Amino acid sequence: MTVSAETKPGRSAEAGHWGKDIRSDLHVALEPRDRGGLEITLESRVAAYYGDSIVAQTRQVLEALGIKHARVSLHDEGALPFVISARVETAAKRAGLGAGQKSPSDKLPLPQPSARDRLRRSRLYLPGTEPKYFINAALHGPDAIILDLEDSVHHAEKDAARILVRNTLRAVDFGACERMVRINQLPLGLEDLAEIIPEAPDLVLLPKTENPQQVAEVDRMIGELKVRNKIDRPIWLMPILESALGIENATAIANASPNLAALTIGLEDYTADMGVVKTVEGRESLYARTRLVNAAKAAGIQAIDSVFGDVGDMDGLRRWGENSRALGFEGMGCIHPTQIPLIHEAFAPSQAEIEKALKIVAAFEDAQQRGLGVVSLGSKMIDPPVVQRALKLVARAKQMGKA
Amino acid sequence: MTDRVELAQNAAGRMVPAMVNGKPQIPYIGVGKYQPRGRKQAPPIRSNKDFPENGDKRVPDLQTALRNCGLRDGMVLSNHHHLRDGDRVALMALEAAARLGVKNLMWFPSASFPSQQGAIDLMQKGVIHHIEGSMNGPLGDYCTQGNMRGMGVLRSHGGRWQAIQDGEVHIDIAVIAAPTADPFGNADGSHGTSACGSLGFALADSMYADHVIVVTDNLVPFPCIPWQIQGNNVDYVVEVDSIGDPAKIVSGTTQITRSPDRLRIAEFVARFLRDAGIMKNGFSFQAGAGGIALAFVDYLRRMMKDAGVKARFVRGGSTKYLVELLQGGLTDYILDGQTFDLDGVKSIANDPRHVPTSPFTSYNYHGKGSFASMVDAVVLGATEVDVNFNGNVVTHSDGRLLHGIGGWQNCLAAGCTILAVPSFRDRIPVIVDQVTTLTGPGELIDVVVTERGIAINPRRQDLLDAVKGSSLPIRPIQDIKAEVERICGGKPARPKLGDRPVAVVKWVDGTVLDTVWQVG
Repeated sequence: MTVSAETKPGRSAEAGHWGKDIRSDLHVALEPRDRGGLEITLESRVAAYYGDSIVAQTRQVLEALGIKHARVSLHDEGALPFVISARVETAAKRAGLGAGQKSPSDKLPLPQPSARDRLRRSRLYLPGTEPKYFINAALHGPDAIILDLEDSVHHAEKDAARILVRNTLRAVDFGACERMVRINQLPLGLEDLAEIIPEAPDLVLLPKTENPQQVAEVDRMIGELKVRNKIDRPIWLMPILESALGIENATAIANASPNLAALTIGLEDYTADMGVVKTVEGRESLYARTRLVNAAKAAGIQAIDSVFGDVGDMDGLRRWGENSRALGFEGMGCIHPTQIPLIHEAFAPSQAEIEKALKIVAAFEDAQQRGLGVVSLGSKMIDPPVVQRALKLVARAKQMGKA
Repeated sequence: MTDRVELAQNAAGRMVPAMVNGKPQIPYIGVGKYQPRGRKQAPPIRSNKDFPENGDKRVPDLQTALRNCGLRDGMVLSNHHHLRDGDRVALMALEAAARLGVKNLMWFPSASFPSQQGAIDLMQKGVIHHIEGSMNGPLGDYCTQGNMRGMGVLRSHGGRWQAIQDGEVHIDIAVIAAPTADPFGNADGSHGTSACGSLGFALADSMYADHVIVVTDNLVPFPCIPWQIQGNNVDYVVEVDSIGDPAKIVSGTTQITRSPDRLRIAEFVARFLRDAGIMKNGFSFQAGAGGIALAFVDYLRRMMKDAGVKARFVRGGSTKYLVELLQGGLTDYILDGQTFDLDGVKSIANDPRHVPTSPFTSYNYHGKGSFASMVDAVVLGATEVDVNFNGNVVTHSDGRLLHGIGGWQNCLAAGCTILAVPSFRDRIPVIVDQVTTLTGPGELIDVVVTERGIAINPRRQDLLDAVKGSSLPIRPIQDIKAEVERICGGKPARPKLGDRPVAVVKWVDGTVLDTVWQVG
């Protein structure tokens, strides 16, 4: 069941989902009234264990939103506390109540801030209205998770997803994963930022970026929100180029803000824009991808590839990943946890590459110690760029636990 | 049902009834402690003179067969569950008994299934007095709500054999559904339109019951080859149109779980066997047909192949994944207790290395050993496990009956017993302070594998040592429990159980391990 956000103020409203195939979610039907206090009814498969706690939590959220009188009917499918708060708050807002108020869930300590050049081999997409995928996402070991507010969320659910993602950033332990959020295109994306930036995500993805002004606008808004919410840790930007124009402006976009960490590409929209068919070999997007890699490297940031959409085709995924690394990409998106280990293998340097690089690094260190300006390995002289590449490769391999 | 029941505390600290369905009980006294010295039961002596010389024991219908067997009020009628949810014979027999006007039967299936909820109607009409056998779905609710006149008795597959051979349950008439049989009563499960593989669960019934009726929809001329049920134990043979719905007897394809969390659990289990050194040439293991177990076999198969390791035998519940091991040269034998899918049925019918077994060979605790303790590792599920590694497999956390015990208790005898479970289901933590219904003592449960980490029973220092240096996430069980309780928003409330016993859980030796209390 999906319910619409278009409800008149002070009128009955609903939020969330329930039903046979729904897990870890809660459906709230809220009917404002003038008196009689809060009347909360609950149906839940976990009523015997958490029934009292669900009702108490609902009451708490409503009171925090300043709602004193309402009839509330809850249909719970085993939702966790951060989901319960989000659904109740969404229903209240849809009913035109609690405007300007928030009732965020309990907050975990923030993880370490993320480094601009950290490993970003894999980023796992999590649809912003599907809480059941959130809680165990980090267990599968992606370098990042993306809480998606854009394409995976129906336009009638944007408000619900925003509140749920806000609570998720507060309450869910994503371990060592970088916490990314994909916002909507502007201007809707600005509303997303207002809700999520106070929770200090590590990185914001900007979909359908076509010019540097779009990046600058988001950057400015994030800067203001950071000041207002006293956040003094980086929130990186990763524009997604998904059109012919975006690709043509790649260099300008890559240089639009010092807060950029990477550029990435969205091939579904790009191929649609080009009027070409997307293939598993990706010949049709070769120009766009190499141009993006070049622009990113020129700006000193990472280039990250699109997703591989066929979860069943593991061989295709491996070929795509290996090819992608050969083009200069440092990672790609994934839409299912089973893709993660393969992507990590595909973006790892081979054992032969690592061994060769280690030899070069050893020769370089040896030359440094002996005060020699020229590095040589056996009878061959090693050029400085080769040394630089070897140093980078060894550092990366160490991050991946390979060297 | 009696109003007042005397309770006694057993060695596990659980309160259990001293009397069940009019029979005095022995409370559980510990693992390996209860060793009766009497003699086994035996069926009455019969003479060939009373049976047709031409071996043709057919009668026109089940009602005639039951009448000829002397069916009367209060008798014990048994069935096996190899046809699972597709079975038609058990209800056919009970309804025939109803037409004969008998009352107060004890129905003694090796397990019951949701499609047999017609038994509720027969209990309400007084035809069935009570059921001793696994109950779930509507039958489970009927029992836990306290509607059954007698108490339910839950036994493991091995415990059912033990109860029959030790004389705790005397079967008056066994009605055995047979996918193939001859007029003499020889019967087998691996051929015919209703093929189900092994018929092992019916073996004790055929040997110990006073009377045995074979019901088949695939009658072949003598001899039925191979036979697992011996016609020499059989009184009557009844031919019917259909003994079951083939679509529900075996699944066409058993599906590996697609849930990434469950796949992660399965992979951890396989890696545990490898890293602990259990996966080595000549080893053995048992895994069921659940999604995690199937995925585990698939991961293990690849690891065995990579390491060049071959098993001596694997124990079924057989499925396509065990058959793949056999055909891929990764095991010498499948010793099969029940056959879950079409690939399994095809294999047991055609491959002499795929062998049907029975609860006697595999599980019976009152015997001269059983296969269960010879298996190196077993992978099982559970609804709950507590911080002392005690397991519950029969009730939901709210006390309602959920599963039969199956071979679960018997399998705990394996060299390494592994429970593969998600750390929580629908916000309900699986690791608890104390299990709702004790089904397996913690001293026999060695490893709990969840998606958040692996807990090894501190009693198994050898296993803790074996995986030192492995990259597996080995964690104290309390640690995983605390993390899950944090995620779930605190400890769940303890559900309120009633004070009236509605069923008992037997241990493998026939003593009473725990009580299922009335709910709601």
